[in-house]
Amino acid sequence: MNDILDMGRYGAFVWPCFALAAVVLVWNIVAARRLHTAARQQALRRVAAKAAA
Amino acid sequence: MNWTWFHKLASPPHAYRIAAQLLPWFAWPAGALIVAGLYGGLVLAPADYQQGDAFRIVYVHAPGAWLSMLVYATMAVAAAVGLIWRIKLAHAVAAASAPVGASFTVLALATGAIWGKPMWGTWWVWDARLTSELILLFLYAGVMALRASIDDRDRADRAAAVLAIVGVVNLPIIHYSVYWWNTLHQPATLTKIGKPSMAGDMLWPLLLMLLGFTLFYGAILLIRLRAEILKRERDATWLTTELAR
Repeated sequence: MNDILDMGRYGAFVWPCFALAAVVLVWNIVAARRLHTAARQQALRRVAAKAAA
Repeated sequence: MNWTWFHKLASPPHAYRIAAQLLPWFAWPAGALIVAGLYGGLVLAPADYQQGDAFRIVYVHAPGAWLSMLVYATMAVAAAVGLIWRIKLAHAVAAASAPVGASFTVLALATGAIWGKPMWGTWWVWDARLTSELILLFLYAGVMALRASIDDRDRADRAAAVLAIVGVVNLPIIHYSVYWWNTLHQPATLTKIGKPSMAGDMLWPLLLMLLGFTLFYGAILLIRLRAEILKRERDATWLTTELAR
């Protein structure tokens, strides 16, 4: 386990890169899903307002 | 040639529905390939004889760099289709792609800088490859800022499309920079697919990561495209029936 973390003394460079990649992937998922949810809710509100009018 | 399929695909209701159907076909394989690629790259691949374990950074750096260019090319092609054939859905694809491409350009630049410190002894050099990749980030930022700065959607689409198309000139510069100039960045590893300059044990996890990241972009594009369609088609009658489902 220590060998994996140490990465041949390059752990301080290797792991931040993989952490950053994880952040970018997760951000993409979260941002895209939030965008879609917000757009859908806004569309639903417009449809409801139209139906009420 | 029968173009019915193309016109059908360009119709927002059809695209909205097909994007939902396609999403799992991109998302799950992307997740599986990335997990397998990570395991292969971090655990199974041997350390490089010169770079040691620092070479493993390539498993996130190269897919990031690949996507930074692929997404830009997709965005520019979509922008051109939108401008030439006035297909609104194409502009939606371009708008949905820009933030994704920018995020992967940041990943490529940051991981490259982190790898550069132990290997080159510096975080950054104004090398042709690095500089042209940084210009790519500015192009993404420019396209997004231009789109956001114009209230009228059609005008914003057209302006952003022109900038995206003009910026395409940077893609061959990024790719060939390592051949045209005497750069610190090494030449491509994978373009000569018949004779890659990487051992098989190290290569297959990289190929899995490249494919996984590409499918990941596909999945994110589908979600963002659905959101763009909802925003752009907010007054369309089909949306009422679609949302009632």
